[in-house]
Amino acid sequence: MKLGVLFSGGKDSTLALHKAAEKAEVVCLITLVSENKESFMFHTPNIDVTALQAEALCLPLVRKATAGKPEEELKDLDAAIAQAVKDFEIVGVVTGAVESVYQAARIQQICNRLGVWCVNPLWKRNQKALLEETVAEGYSTIISGVFAYPLDKEWLGKQIDEDMIKKLVALSEEYGLSPSGEGGEIETTVLDAPLFKKKIKVLDSEVEAQGNSGVFRIKQARLTEK
Amino acid sequence: MILVVDMNSAENPFGFYEFVLPIVSIAEELEKCTVKHYLKVNEKILDSCDKIILSGSALKNTVTFSQTARFTWLKDCGKPVLGICAGMQTIGLVFGGRVEKCSEIGMTEITASKENILFSSTFKVYALHNYALVPSAEFEVLAESANCVHAMKHKHKDVYGVLFHPEVRNKEVVERFIGAFQLNRRI
Repeated sequence: MKLGVLFSGGKDSTLALHKAAEKAEVVCLITLVSENKESFMFHTPNIDVTALQAEALCLPLVRKATAGKPEEELKDLDAAIAQAVKDFEIVGVVTGAVESVYQAARIQQICNRLGVWCVNPLWKRNQKALLEETVAEGYSTIISGVFAYPLDKEWLGKQIDEDMIKKLVALSEEYGLSPSGEGGEIETTVLDAPLFKKKIKVLDSEVEAQGNSGVFRIKQARLTEK
Repeated sequence: MILVVDMNSAENPFGFYEFVLPIVSIAEELEKCTVKHYLKVNEKILDSCDKIILSGSALKNTVTFSQTARFTWLKDCGKPVLGICAGMQTIGLVFGGRVEKCSEIGMTEITASKENILFSSTFKVYALHNYALVPSAEFEVLAESANCVHAMKHKHKDVYGVLFHPEVRNKEVVERFIGAFQLNRRI
């Protein structure tokens, strides 16, 4: 079963990739680069880092730009998956969807139209357990975007470790935030994971933040030995 | 004990995570569960449980449509059964219904047409199917969307089917099914 992974470079799509690779052959990554920072479909901070992540994973990357207009961006996703079907003979697409029926239904519709399987190995999983799994498996994940009160610039660039999970769970209990950012409260970037042959070292970065919204932008990075 | 039957084909090794585990997570909050693939269900397993939930499966997976002989136990197991999506379609086929093309993917409004133990009124559900079931006269329709039957009950048995996926946005439907047939409530 050859699969392509819809890949944003964040913790969920990276964990979904690892789950998929346990039972099938992952042959490519598929990334949509959205110009719309508000996109409900596609993760935007540090999306360019997916090229380095693909290199670290030794997987080809199908990359497509999209203006990110609601619904129209789905045509771009459809085209990207169709290209992966043609170029890499994938029979299914893996997503990191956990709770969002908005994302999941739209990807299911595209896969259905193209006649490929839609694989959602994290679907409905406990969000805290997913965070804990990434830490236990040795992922190096940083918070690369915050988009909800009371999160602010102090959280940006921080590593997701056991202490961070406790803080995120406490916020979820106090403010109703999704602990893993399912509601778009946080975005993440994975710098290392078990299937990475090399890890990503951030050489230069900047924080752009205003109030409870901000991104940790990786300006320069390279692969280093693990 | 609840038996959750995995309705996924071997062709898709990921169906278990997406369509079975979410049901188990809900059911285990209320009662002990065991999971068996539909090809491994036998008399001993059926005897060991007191209610049964048949899972859904991926859109491309229609393998159980042609394997109804594997499910003849549904007719005389005497246990409460809830079939979800592929589970409902398979129950319907076993009891003489038929499937027809009908695609609904995403949040869908359905309306209850008959009082029942699972839900009431008009509400939104997560649908993920390419086929609808036209149940036989042995079933009464409990709910419909604008396009097809979404819930049914056997007229003389505690055998239910829902075409939508309650484990996604309507977990209370699974909880009510389990609660209605918990032993302490039946005494």
